[in-house]
Amino acid sequence: MPVEVKVPEIRTPHLREHQPPTRQEKTVTDPGKEGPSPVRIFLLSRGNSAMADRAFRWLMTLCAFSIFGIVGLIAWRLIVSSQLTWSEFGLGFFFKSYVDPVNHQPMYWDPVNGYFSAVPFIYGTLVSSFLSLLIAVPLGVGLAIFLTEMCPRALRGPLAFLTELLAAIPSIVYGLWAFFVLVPLLREHVNPVLVSLLGWTGFFEGDNPTGLGFLAGGVILAIMILPIISSLTREVMIAVPHSQREAVLALGATRWEMIRVGVLRNARIGIVGGIILGLGRALGETMAVTMVIGNASEIHKSLLANGNSMASVIASEFSEAVSDLHRSALIEIGLALFLVTIIVNALAQVLVWAVTRGAPAQAR
Amino acid sequence: MANTQSLRSRWRAWQDAGVTVLAILATLIVIAPLAAVFGYLLYKGASSLNLDFFIRIPKPEGESGGGMANAIVGSGVLLALASLIGVPIGIGGGIFLAEFGRGTKLANAVRFTADVLNGVPSIVMGLAVYSLIVSAHSSLIPFSGHFSAFSGGVALGIMMIPTVCRTTEEMLLMVPHAVREAALGLGLPNWRSVLSITVKTASPGIITGCMLAFARVAGETAPLIFTAFGNAFMNTNLNQPIEALPLQIWVFAISPYDDQHRLAWAGALVLIALIVLAVSLVRYVTSRGVLKGAS
Repeated sequence: MPVEVKVPEIRTPHLREHQPPTRQEKTVTDPGKEGPSPVRIFLLSRGNSAMADRAFRWLMTLCAFSIFGIVGLIAWRLIVSSQLTWSEFGLGFFFKSYVDPVNHQPMYWDPVNGYFSAVPFIYGTLVSSFLSLLIAVPLGVGLAIFLTEMCPRALRGPLAFLTELLAAIPSIVYGLWAFFVLVPLLREHVNPVLVSLLGWTGFFEGDNPTGLGFLAGGVILAIMILPIISSLTREVMIAVPHSQREAVLALGATRWEMIRVGVLRNARIGIVGGIILGLGRALGETMAVTMVIGNASEIHKSLLANGNSMASVIASEFSEAVSDLHRSALIEIGLALFLVTIIVNALAQVLVWAVTRGAPAQAR
Repeated sequence: MANTQSLRSRWRAWQDAGVTVLAILATLIVIAPLAAVFGYLLYKGASSLNLDFFIRIPKPEGESGGGMANAIVGSGVLLALASLIGVPIGIGGGIFLAEFGRGTKLANAVRFTADVLNGVPSIVMGLAVYSLIVSAHSSLIPFSGHFSAFSGGVALGIMMIPTVCRTTEEMLLMVPHAVREAALGLGLPNWRSVLSITVKTASPGIITGCMLAFARVAGETAPLIFTAFGNAFMNTNLNQPIEALPLQIWVFAISPYDDQHRLAWAGALVLIALIVLAVSLVRYVTSRGVLKGAS
């Protein structure tokens, strides 16, 4: 007697392999059309999503490669557009000068006669950046030490928020404040004191009555890079394990000694990285510096003299540059700025990564 | 011997107290300029802020009145174009870093380059876009050959890409593996799982990352000086120069007219208010946690 075997019906009708690939699909949105589009048929006929997955992955990889594309694009366009100056002046653009026939002084930047040399801007950038570091590093590290080790817990949140707010203020607002508040303050109260006390060093000459100059630029830059130095120092200090602090305290150290030996010594690579990151920001800062640095394309020893930085000369002169050579010279300065900031920022990233091991930012 | 010991411990105690005082001093010196900038901004800006500011365009030099309506509209146009370029590509890059490239050398290189690119001065981006679009004379590039809102939007957009990419990656890394595995276990294709499940889970964080990038480029002036160039009149045409709020503030600040200085302060106040709003919103959303928004 044949055994009647009942074949169980398929209970997984939703899986694609149990459905015949047919044009009569239920999911027709427009009753007037005769079924899904050929594209959908093609994708569904595969039975799996390998094609769509591959296309998606390819699309996402393309988006990630756009980062490299941006760097390449900037480098390519800057090199192409500065060809005119490069062929005219060569490497001497960065260190040569010529003597002005009228007053026999060294002359660097003469748009009228078509002579261009980037020396005063390199000088101005270096002076304003290092002045800003001189002011910002002690203050930033001090703030970080206070926030991490000494601050009462209730104050920590608001103060950290305020520091984050300092970093978010756009540079034009800093420039506005610096031009209308900081510069008159320097002009009326600070510069005369500096000239009378420290004029003998040669770094403070009283012959610039405007209050603009390298000092104003350095001070506003310091205010702008403070949050970067402070927040990075805080991050690396928090990353130091508590066992280090406890060990130093167990040996009988005071709180400052605990900070110095247990925390700062371990975090010093990261702190240096934070300082270099601040330097990178200071080198490229444009709008605030342009408004207070005085816009004179000359080299002076005095910190109170007017000057120009690489970014500020581009911002001031580019819209009004008439000759192609002038524009090309400004673009070559931009190229130099691009290369310098890339190198400085890459160095800073390596140092910071070495300490925090690339972990995402921890809760503050 | 007891004497030198107590002398030494007294010196160490003094050192400790001295450093504490210095640290507190440093904190006060840092907070002071912040309070000064905000306070002065509020004082100067609030007195010149009125309805005219938002609905009128600037008057010619020397005349009083007028506002910055063209700058606000212009900023809106530029930021819309910048977001259109920056957000999709940035999120795509972040998805690659978190989902497909995790741990690979390529992903490390992309992450490193994005961080370095974040530190490149914005004026360099503006120069590159000037060279690519504004001074180009080819028909391949749209809107080329003159200052245009399009070039300004492109400059701001490529500034947004690295920022959005990094924040998207960080937010996607926070999504637990269980969520992804559950989606794949249900038979979803990988692309569907990433888009509809993982990205949707991390979406509050991703949106706040985009807001941060948005707030950052909203305040950028330097790349717009020679791409969007500025316009004294209301304009929404991508093919023509357009004004932007920070650009207008810059032009008014260096002008010799008091009326324009007042408008510059009011503009700075509006800009700061928008940015503070964005930063506070970001802090509020991220403090609630990435995953709470998902359930």
